[in-house]
Amino acid sequence: MAEKILMKGNEAIGEAAIVAGCRRYFGYPITPQTELTEYMAKRMPQVGGVFLQAESEVAAINMVYGAAGTGVRVMTSSSSPGISLKQEGISYIAGAELPCVIVNIMRGGPGLGGIQPGQADYFQATKGGGHGDYRNIVLAPNSVQEIVDMTIQAFDLADQYRNPVMLLGDGALGQMMEPVEFKATDTVPSIKAWAANGMRGRTQPNIINSLHLQPEKLEQHNIHLQQKYAAIQKNETRWEELYTEDADLILVAYGITSRIARSAMEKARSESYKVGLIRPQTLWPFPAAPFAKYAKTAKAFLAVELSAGQMVEDVRLAVNGVRPVAFYGRTGGMIPSPKAVYEQIVKTLKERGGN
Amino acid sequence: MTSEIIMAGFGGQGVMLIGQLLTYAGMLENKQVSWIPSYGPEMRGGTANCSVIVSDEPIGAPIVTEPTALVAMNLPSLDKFEPMVQPGGVIIINSSLIERTVARSDVKVYQIPANDVAAELGNSKVANMVVLGALIAATGTVNSQSVNKAFAKMFAQKPDLLEINERAIERGASYIKC
Repeated sequence: MAEKILMKGNEAIGEAAIVAGCRRYFGYPITPQTELTEYMAKRMPQVGGVFLQAESEVAAINMVYGAAGTGVRVMTSSSSPGISLKQEGISYIAGAELPCVIVNIMRGGPGLGGIQPGQADYFQATKGGGHGDYRNIVLAPNSVQEIVDMTIQAFDLADQYRNPVMLLGDGALGQMMEPVEFKATDTVPSIKAWAANGMRGRTQPNIINSLHLQPEKLEQHNIHLQQKYAAIQKNETRWEELYTEDADLILVAYGITSRIARSAMEKARSESYKVGLIRPQTLWPFPAAPFAKYAKTAKAFLAVELSAGQMVEDVRLAVNGVRPVAFYGRTGGMIPSPKAVYEQIVKTLKERGGN
Repeated sequence: MTSEIIMAGFGGQGVMLIGQLLTYAGMLENKQVSWIPSYGPEMRGGTANCSVIVSDEPIGAPIVTEPTALVAMNLPSLDKFEPMVQPGGVIIINSSLIERTVARSDVKVYQIPANDVAAELGNSKVANMVVLGALIAATGTVNSQSVNKAFAKMFAQKPDLLEINERAIERGASYIKC
């Protein structure tokens, strides 16, 4: 077993990417993810990789497009306003079916907003963000160890599906330190026969492109993409459940908020309230299945987010009107205490618990 | 046992570092640990704080809102966090810089002249280690050997600093015994 080390979330992403075989990083610093850019500036030269601080986020994501087109593992990272700048490039990458990892350590918005933690980029991450019918695979870790595991997994998923994968964290996860272990990985980046990396004995050149001027061909491309997204939904949906089997009220939260919800749930359990938690680990594909299941047994759901209410829409779609879905959120970089969430639990059970 | 600790002071007093040392020491004792800093557009001399949790159980929320212990290196920190400490909790006050004690009677308060002790030891920078020594003696969160081991690991390239930091921790702890 590898020795445990104490690491910041942002730095752990960087080391995990290197473990996964990422040797190209293009980025531009922004709080609260700058430690990741700094870490890559230090580590990439040590492992024979390329670190490049681009002139802007727009340039960085297009460098990712270029590098991914040659078949290498590549990553960029930013925080909310910088991720908005990358959206055009992400749409192109999705259209050209290139694998890459994009990290968003979210802060409060809109606009330049602030630098404290937020989760208000959920819509942008899961519903497209850029133009066209495309999806990012979106992974939402809630601990520094899970940041490591999911960063490595992100590169595998990206290669497997030739699709951008977004690691969606927030300022608190980026800044906090916890013990982590880097397990030896058996990951072998797949051979990419489609990569534009020279002729290599081929008779036809590989071309990376997202332009299809004939509508018949573009529709065929879209049908292919939708089939791929359906396969991802079928195979890659992940979530964690705690105390759901007998729960009257099920909390729904991801990332840092799921940890606050967990503390609140444990307090509620100690007061004999039957409360459980569903934590989506993939935000797209969203885990609808457990909601359909527990809508039969629980009396209500309560979504908790650092936003004005974004993921709650997916919860309501999944619950499909069978049970009430309440919402509690803070915005602007404010983080609720476990006590505040506990009070919402009691309130929701009183109002909507059917007692 | 779960210790939820807030450490606060002026930027530059080393509260982030002692938070990390305590977290590292907890990890060396195979406990569950987390450390999270306040971060913001602070200027030199502004306030800084971090939350540390050391627990036998998995850790939920890493941001401490109801601390079992508080380290206050300056007056603004004491003013801000004193009301949040749980009844029965511990407050360590750097009495070199904070003249007042606390108004509450439901907490254990230790006044440690950390800057004066550090000056006596010959290095004003170890005032943070003095309060860390007092904190671990007052709370039993980790033992001092683990902190020394954590220090040796974090400062592997500066082994000459180990001795004075160990002495600072011992001096801090000695204020708790009486």
